[in-house]
Amino acid sequence: MLIAIAALVATAAVLPAVARRWGRAAFAVGSVVVLATLGLALVRYTAGYRTESLAWAPVAGLEFTVRLDALALLMTVLVSGIGAVVLAYFTRYASRGEEGIGRDAAVLVLFAGAMLGLVLADDVLSLYLFWELTSICSFLLVGGNGLKGEARRAAKQALLVTILGGLAMLLGLILLGTAAGTFRVSELVASPPGGGVAVAGIVLVLVGVFTKSAQLPFHPWLPAAMVAPTPVSAYLHAAAMVKAGVYLVARLAPAFAERPVWWVPLVVIGLATMVLGGWRALRQHDLKLLLAFGTVSQLGFLLVLLAVGTYTAALAGAALLLAHGLFKSALFLTAGVIDTRAGTRDVRELSGLGRRWPLLAACATLAAASMAGLPPLVGFVAKEAAFKAFTHADPRSALVLVGVLAGSVLTVAYTLRFLIGAFGGRGAEPGEVGRPGVVLTTAVAVPVAASVVLGVAPGVAELLAGDYAGVFGAATYHLELWHGFTPPLLESAIVLAAGYLLYRRTAAATRAGAALPGVLDAQRGYRAAVVGLEALARGVTSRLQTGSLPAYVGIILVTVIGVPAVGLLTGPIEQLSPRAWNSALQLPLTVLALAAAATVPFARRRLTAVLLTGLVGYAIGGVFLVVGAPDLALAQVLVETLTLVVFVFVLRRFPPAFRRVERESPLRHRTRLVVACAGGAFVALLTLVFSSLRERPSEAGAAYVASAKDEAGATNVVNAIIVDFRALDTLGEITVLLVAATGAASLGLAARSARRRALPTADGDRGQREDEEVTA
Amino acid sequence: MTVDVTTAVLLGGLYGVGFYLLMQRSLMHIILALVILGHGANLLLQAAGGPPGGPAFVGIVPAAAMSDPLPQALALTAIVITFGLTTFLLALSYRSWVLLGHDEVQDDIEDHRLRRRELGEAEEAGR
Repeated sequence: MLIAIAALVATAAVLPAVARRWGRAAFAVGSVVVLATLGLALVRYTAGYRTESLAWAPVAGLEFTVRLDALALLMTVLVSGIGAVVLAYFTRYASRGEEGIGRDAAVLVLFAGAMLGLVLADDVLSLYLFWELTSICSFLLVGGNGLKGEARRAAKQALLVTILGGLAMLLGLILLGTAAGTFRVSELVASPPGGGVAVAGIVLVLVGVFTKSAQLPFHPWLPAAMVAPTPVSAYLHAAAMVKAGVYLVARLAPAFAERPVWWVPLVVIGLATMVLGGWRALRQHDLKLLLAFGTVSQLGFLLVLLAVGTYTAALAGAALLLAHGLFKSALFLTAGVIDTRAGTRDVRELSGLGRRWPLLAACATLAAASMAGLPPLVGFVAKEAAFKAFTHADPRSALVLVGVLAGSVLTVAYTLRFLIGAFGGRGAEPGEVGRPGVVLTTAVAVPVAASVVLGVAPGVAELLAGDYAGVFGAATYHLELWHGFTPPLLESAIVLAAGYLLYRRTAAATRAGAALPGVLDAQRGYRAAVVGLEALARGVTSRLQTGSLPAYVGIILVTVIGVPAVGLLTGPIEQLSPRAWNSALQLPLTVLALAAAATVPFARRRLTAVLLTGLVGYAIGGVFLVVGAPDLALAQVLVETLTLVVFVFVLRRFPPAFRRVERESPLRHRTRLVVACAGGAFVALLTLVFSSLRERPSEAGAAYVASAKDEAGATNVVNAIIVDFRALDTLGEITVLLVAATGAASLGLAARSARRRALPTADGDRGQREDEEVTA
Repeated sequence: MTVDVTTAVLLGGLYGVGFYLLMQRSLMHIILALVILGHGANLLLQAAGGPPGGPAFVGIVPAAAMSDPLPQALALTAIVITFGLTTFLLALSYRSWVLLGHDEVQDDIEDHRLRRRELGEAEEAGR
């Protein structure tokens, strides 16, 4: 299966070129390749293929492992099957010669590849990689060409929210992996870790799930992403992106379903999202928005089913995963046809389409029936199983059942709203209405046909769903169209009746609930968070980025002093028993160096400051001599002299005195003094600690001493190191000097010619003017 | 075991002066700061490198009494590199003087404006 992922990525790379040459055919090429990966997966699965590894860093034990089990195959069917349908649909949805065909086709195929990688990956890091890749793909697809502000905002919101969750999930997975001692997902599930770390890990993973699968309170990014082209929306909702969170729950549920930290948040938030999403869907006029909130609602339902970890619930969840993918893609594609061919997707403007496009209307009706849970469609079969899973006497099941029933009533109501809004009415529609065309209608019909087949023959769906659910226990329930007169059947009937009544009363119900959403409007929360973050960034930047170099240096110094100093002082410090001095000769040299150095800041004339610095250098040379480094002393004195010469050469050109520092605030001056003193004290402490830690001469040094005579024929070991043992380093040093000399010479020459040219204006006026601007 | 307070005080003083000069606006002061910090760094290398001893001359000083030659070789390189750096910085400050008529680091005007605008807005919001 590695080759399938690679093929999709490679196809994505060449599709822009294909689109440039053959236009919309690029979508067809992508569709064929995506379909081929589905075929490959089916063949491989029936042939007993399970895992495959690619060790990309064997030394570090890092490998990319893919694993094809029932759940992975089920997801692959969705990802590749619906991906192929959506890409085929796109060939006619896009207009001929439209800009951006290459980009959309390439990103969609890459999206399919990322989703495939996500569901197949068996190691945590690859999983995370593909997870984020889907976020980036959806960002690119929703943002489109980036010309529309609304699209940019929606894309940014989707990216921010899902990446935030992705990071939390990465942290959670790493915590879980570290606690379990393995980063293979299958091993993690087989022997799940316990303890507090595992609790934190689970919570963080759930944050990732909730953001990705658009659960409360992160859901607004999904409706906002409706600005994307409709095929993209269809894919995003039916098979990719949002299903990633559902998949992760399904994947990890066998390990954690028993723990309250896992199922309580999933069930509570899932149910709340199911009800609120359905409620919101009921209030929409835009067909796509209606479906988007419907997806939010269904995702909550799926999470509840897959989280609780009983055989029947898992079976229902897996079946509903398939059912939802099929009916939601069909409905979105229908909305896309209506949008492009009728020019609007507002239910208040649409009328009479059902009679004009009977075939499309029939397909959409079947898909909608599956969504509402009507027989003989797979949605009904899955929903029956879901009701059955929670029709028990214990209080948890009863509570969940109430929530699920309420959500299902809302589902029936908004399904009716969609269907009647889109196709109902008696005509008198505005403007011209084109024909849907064969390709578009077929693309809608394929998932609908699959819904019917799986509904009539639910055993096919159970092949995979039952395999997956088998990890939770023995098969106690089977997917069937007809179980006899059972409580779930009664519940289904009640739900349908109540849903119809609610739909008839939509207007009254929305008026009654109009006050509710204001409080629950998560979009406001998102905006407030973003605005707050930006304000924080501006505040911090404007305070830190003052544009003043001394301030920057000061901040860096404070950090350098502060952070290691804290570590140094809180760490284990051995008993320091310092001597006063090693050699009495150090004393006068130290006094000389300190006195000279301390006078430098007070010097008014440049030459004085330079000479005092030179004095410091000579005194340091003396110290080198005293501590037994004659070569160092020699080099120091020579270089110091040379430095003085260079300084004097340059100083001839400068005015003799420093410019007087004007109107400096005493506070600033004092701060500078304090920072400098703290820095000095820190270094003094550091010296004591460093030299107390060194107990004997370095072994490398001793080795040089031992081999200097024999190997380098030298008695002076330092010289032997410089010109022999480390001669290459010395060559590098010479190169540095050459570069510096070249730079200095060219700067000097350029300055001379510039001065000749710019003499009339280089009189200091410009500098003063800028000063005034700064202080103004 | 080789800790000696005099060296520590000398290093503290050198670094303190170096840091102080580094926070000045005059490029000449900044160059002098780097020179002084360079001196300090070389000495710190020796102090951290091991106990002082006799010069590392084979055959003249017994190996046990020698100071470690390795930090000395490092510092020797550093002294020369510091010289190269100083020369280059001097050329830079000279060029700055030729072009701008002074050798002082100015505040970035754009940053300054941003800061004033932001702080002004914050004040208005506070009122």
